[in-house]
Amino acid sequence: MAIFEYAPAPETTKAAIREQYGLFIDGKWTAPRTGQYFDTVNPATEEPLARIAYAGEEDVERAVRAARKAYDKYWRKMRPADRAKYIYRIARAITERSRELAVLETMDGGKPIKESRDFDVPLSAAHFFYYAGWADKLEWAMRAGEEPKPIGVAGQIVPWNFPLLMAAWKLAPALACGNTIVLKPAETTPLTALALAQIAAEVDLPPGVLNVVTGDGGTGAALVGHEDVDKIAFTGSTEVGKAIQRSTAGTGKRLTLELGGKAAHIVFADAPMNQAIEGVVNGIYFNQGHVCCAGSRLLVEESAHEEIVVRLTDRIQTLRLGNPLDKNTDVGAINSKMQLDKIKELVGSGVDEGATLVQQSCVLPERGYFFPASFFTNVQQSHRIAREEIFGPVLSILTFRTPEEAVEKANNTPYGLSAGIWTDKGSKNMYIAQYLRAGVVWCNTFNQFDPSSPFGGYRESGFGREGGVHGLREYLAH
Amino acid sequence: MSVTVDAVMLETRAGSLAKRSIKTTTKVAGIRLAIQCMDLTTLEGKDSEGRVRSLCAKALHPAPHLPDVPSVAAVCIYPNLVPVAKEALRGTSVKVASVATAFPSGLSSMEVRLADTLSAIAAGADEIDMVIDRGAFLAGHYREVYDEIVAVKSACGPVHLKVILETGELGSYDAVRRASDLALEAGADFIKTSTGKVGTNATFPVAVTMCEAIRDYARRTGRRVGLKVAGGVRTTKQAMTYLVIMKETLGESWLTPDLFRIGASSLLDDLLMQYEKELTGHYASRDYFPMD
Repeated sequence: MAIFEYAPAPETTKAAIREQYGLFIDGKWTAPRTGQYFDTVNPATEEPLARIAYAGEEDVERAVRAARKAYDKYWRKMRPADRAKYIYRIARAITERSRELAVLETMDGGKPIKESRDFDVPLSAAHFFYYAGWADKLEWAMRAGEEPKPIGVAGQIVPWNFPLLMAAWKLAPALACGNTIVLKPAETTPLTALALAQIAAEVDLPPGVLNVVTGDGGTGAALVGHEDVDKIAFTGSTEVGKAIQRSTAGTGKRLTLELGGKAAHIVFADAPMNQAIEGVVNGIYFNQGHVCCAGSRLLVEESAHEEIVVRLTDRIQTLRLGNPLDKNTDVGAINSKMQLDKIKELVGSGVDEGATLVQQSCVLPERGYFFPASFFTNVQQSHRIAREEIFGPVLSILTFRTPEEAVEKANNTPYGLSAGIWTDKGSKNMYIAQYLRAGVVWCNTFNQFDPSSPFGGYRESGFGREGGVHGLREYLAH
Repeated sequence: MSVTVDAVMLETRAGSLAKRSIKTTTKVAGIRLAIQCMDLTTLEGKDSEGRVRSLCAKALHPAPHLPDVPSVAAVCIYPNLVPVAKEALRGTSVKVASVATAFPSGLSSMEVRLADTLSAIAAGADEIDMVIDRGAFLAGHYREVYDEIVAVKSACGPVHLKVILETGELGSYDAVRRASDLALEAGADFIKTSTGKVGTNATFPVAVTMCEAIRDYARRTGRRVGLKVAGGVRTTKQAMTYLVIMKETLGESWLTPDLFRIGASSLLDDLLMQYEKELTGHYASRDYFPMD
């Protein structure tokens, strides 16, 4: 009998969810020309939350036309300082409604409320605040002799793992630079993007500056293929990213892609071990591992392997899996049935290929899509679980003997989004970091984000940067 | 060689544990647990026999008007008042803990510190709260600190020994970890954060570090050592966070007075107020609780 078992502590803030959402085009909510709607589902309960408009080609056309009109009529001509005011208003509105947005994000996507409350929503607001400040200082983002000029209409396609945050990463710099936008949220998580549209309307953002079209891959393809879109920014899978790059090739469209990853998380035997384990846990179980920069390949120095496995085995037992709206939940729901099936398939392949599976022992909720925190030992570099992105709470542990071998194994992947290093020796941290081919390398920490710091990948993890001054240049003509 | 500690990640971890939401039934269970694990303390120059008797009465029956409030684990006092407390608590479950070894600085000769310990035990102390020589520790004389603890432990015999590291004077989490490891190896029954006499007392990150040391030691040797947090623990919320830290670092089996103590004085009143609030739905004025 447990003597200090945490009682349920559900977040009680109510989020207003409409029964049905139209498309947000030209500052107004409109019905889709397709006449079609689809359900968005709470993955923790499998209950539908709302009916969402399905935007087809004609709807995308309307949205792009509205964006073009707003670009020519208001946004490109507006004094930059006035543009900044609108962006500041959005930032403040997000802050004011932070509880509600957090609840919405958690209900629609399955992530723990503590993460949407403490990470997604505040960081989203921070990006708007940061880029609002840039709007009238853009010449400082340019090289000598360059004039800051917007690109035009940006088509932005965001994924389901950080729906609001990824939208913020893309919207804030695009708006600051004077572009107008057609935003396409992910099929399974449209609610916070639609809330953002509502916020845009409430802060009087000129009509057409931000348009939100909901739908599936077909909607995204229509946006990518539209000839009056000047720039595509996509975050999502490498497979879709490649298709987008093929379809935009030769069209003159500017493109940034932020794609998958299979990050190496390197732990040396001289690491501050208790904190390294916390870093590893954060690296892979944060947001159920639905993180493109997740530290999903743990490379441990062979002499510390046994110790790390023992520590990690104990640690995952203390993770609290369950109702994402409970403030004490550490591991929430898998975003969709499809993703859960993919995780199960890859975990099955790991077992078949001879790796050893260790999982947290807990009772999974009867309803909803859940997967226990898991890791594999005895993983070989050739196993699928060491090469393919699982995008779930599943870690693969491999070993190395020397720093050189750690670097070789870390770089032996088609991806290159992030990496982590744990050692108490500062010189070793710096030495290893310079040889890792990854867009961001975290030393003795993981998953640290700040609007002023650029984020983006190498090779099959994509190109272009979001965040910081680098993120601005992706939305300026040069 | 102790495992090193990364301050940034440690503080992040402690911060996330402090955000656990402890409500309703958990809060009631936690408050009862915190009372059961309390060393109700008075360590002031003006302490008198009367004051200690009053403290003992409260230790035994913290709130006579509330049902089921348990007695605290122990009272913690200066050595020369041990006989008074022993007399007041005779035949009860409440233990008498005495500070010793030239508390709070520990800066006396080894003979004096041992004599201090022995006299407290002779007076009937069930538990001894010793201080380490921080000067020796910071000068790098680890062997000396280790030997000192071994000597006091041997003087204690079966009497329970808590070793105060005075973490607020150690300067870094690495030092806290190293001092913890020294005390664990030297045979401490408990390691304790602070005397309550310096600027910085128990903190959440320090408690996490000491729990990690205890956990690593138990994993290696099988011996289970306790943790006592002391100094600056005044609110129910703080007490709940320490319970969370213990539970999530060492496990629920450490949540007993044998392995966890909170050294505090004013905390008890806040626990009782929150306890009554949980039972009745509203706060009672402080005047409804007997002062100690």
